[in-house]
Amino acid sequence: MALLEVNHLDVRFALRLGEVHALRDVNFTLERGERLGIVGESGAGKSVAAFSLLNLIAKPGFIAGGEVRFDGKQLNSMSERALRKVRGNRISMIFQDPMMTLNPVLSIGEQMLECLKAHRRISSKEARAIALDKLRQVQIPSPETRLDQYPHELSGGMRQRIIIAIALLLDPDIIIADEPTTALDVTIQAEIMALLLELCEKYNVGLILITHDLGVVSQVTQRMLVMYAGRVIEQGPTREIINDPQHPYTQGLINALPQMATPGEKLNQIRGSMPSLSNLPSGCAFHPRCDFIKRADGTQRPACTQQVPEFVTSGNCKVACHMVAELLDKEANDEARLKETNP
Amino acid sequence: MNAPSSALPSRWERFRDSYLLYSFKRDIVAQISLMVFIALVAVAVLAPWLSPMNPYDLAQIDILSSELPPFWVDGSDAEYLLGTDAQGRDMLSTILYGARVSLMIGFGAVALQALIGVCFGLLAGYLGGRIDAFLMRLADIQLSFSTLMVAIIVGALVKAIFGGETFSAYAVPLLILIIGLAEWPQYARTVRASVLAEKNKEYVDAARVMGLRSKRIMFRHILPNTLSPIFVISTVQIANAIISEAALSFLGLGMPETHPSLGSLIKAGFDYIQSGSWWITLIPGAVLIVLVLSINLLGDWLRDVMNPRLYKG
Repeated sequence: MALLEVNHLDVRFALRLGEVHALRDVNFTLERGERLGIVGESGAGKSVAAFSLLNLIAKPGFIAGGEVRFDGKQLNSMSERALRKVRGNRISMIFQDPMMTLNPVLSIGEQMLECLKAHRRISSKEARAIALDKLRQVQIPSPETRLDQYPHELSGGMRQRIIIAIALLLDPDIIIADEPTTALDVTIQAEIMALLLELCEKYNVGLILITHDLGVVSQVTQRMLVMYAGRVIEQGPTREIINDPQHPYTQGLINALPQMATPGEKLNQIRGSMPSLSNLPSGCAFHPRCDFIKRADGTQRPACTQQVPEFVTSGNCKVACHMVAELLDKEANDEARLKETNP
Repeated sequence: MNAPSSALPSRWERFRDSYLLYSFKRDIVAQISLMVFIALVAVAVLAPWLSPMNPYDLAQIDILSSELPPFWVDGSDAEYLLGTDAQGRDMLSTILYGARVSLMIGFGAVALQALIGVCFGLLAGYLGGRIDAFLMRLADIQLSFSTLMVAIIVGALVKAIFGGETFSAYAVPLLILIIGLAEWPQYARTVRASVLAEKNKEYVDAARVMGLRSKRIMFRHILPNTLSPIFVISTVQIANAIISEAALSFLGLGMPETHPSLGSLIKAGFDYIQSGSWWITLIPGAVLIVLVLSINLLGDWLRDVMNPRLYKG
């Protein structure tokens, strides 16, 4: 059994305008020590997915269906008390902006000790020793002085290291990193990502990396999900998806990378923008932006605008796309016909 | 990354380099206000040792030396620098003791307001929903009673139930209770507003993700971030509480004349102003004004320092 199992997760926000479906039918698993990437544009539901794992969606959001199973226990029906024992202790989280994540009026040491003492009955002295040890692991110079400093006295990269140290404090099983490097300089991004990867490998910690940076995902993760408008549209081993994306949206994302563009030319962006979750297009949510809603011979594929695509299996990946489904059907038919003709 | 070459600054060094001190050094009004305020607090606290006589001790009062004018007026007695009141009490001593009572009530009432207001504001802002609606309606109801009304009701009730003697004996804690209860919504509203702004910041999410309890997040993470507005309204509220107490005493609902505050001194002297003994009422009045003004000016400066959006130039 997988360490973390997400089955048919469905999250909604009860807004004044009506219910907004932020996540629909999200399924994935994470094995111990595995690294999973969740990719998508802003508003695709990546962060909502992360927060719903810990049952921490802020009102008016709520989990409307499905389940999150961690270590065999269902998290979304647990008592608040039991959940607190999981949060920070067994599943911890790293946020985007290290300036915002640390409390500006508490010293680094106070924040680290507080996290330790919330979960373990230990003396301040022991807690301090653990904190120092973690700070050393994230390669912070002169950790003793850092403990007494305040967040504003440290640089962005240093703060993100401290946040990683806090995430590691209680030796969690899973770290959820929500865009951990977006707010940092490019040079520091690579450093921080390498550090995170190294520590996860060393301590066999599972990582859920939420990002829109496909480059980072391809370097760090073993499997990935691509999300669009609250749904997973493609999932599978990272290498296969990056090398041979099936869904037109994934293809568009990879094509939009700056390194895919010809120098001197415009970047290849996906035309249009993501629809508002309260007003999704019919059928496949991606169809207004998709270049493949017509078949190669120019005829319409009516399913694209009428029917929400089901997952089909292509290689080791699962893809939710009518075009891919049709191609696979055709291949299967061709094969069957071949077999019929030459038995 | 380089190792830092110098050791961390100590608390004193941090204070020395802070914007607070920088702006204080450049604000002559704030400096004078602070000096006046500290001086008044010091003499009030040290009243039993500084004052020439104990105005509460009836044995020291001589009715024959009543209504003596202050030293710069003809007919004064060198023994009574600021003259005496109608009962022959030394004005200087009564003012020192009176300021002591006024400050005690001012600080006490504000401490009570802050305690109630901060707790309610934190709960309302952080928990939201029905608790928020309930506490804020409670605050609205409280605000629709004026301090005077609360004082009259409570005072009348206590006097009716326990008698005037008991009221006089417990006047200080009662006034603290009355003024504290009447004004807590100011704190609750300010704190709630700050909490609503702080609550959506990522450090609160981070604290929740860490698995901390709501109580801990509220008091340890959010409260310290809302301290600057609390400090600023505290100065205003102390001044207000002192004035409220003076007003209540002036109306005869506050401190008894045997145990006077600045307000009851003003009231006691008011009856004699027609007979020419102006000092009995005007000198404590002036002290009250100087005290409140210095607190307000300090509060003004503090508001400028603590609110970056109000930085001048």
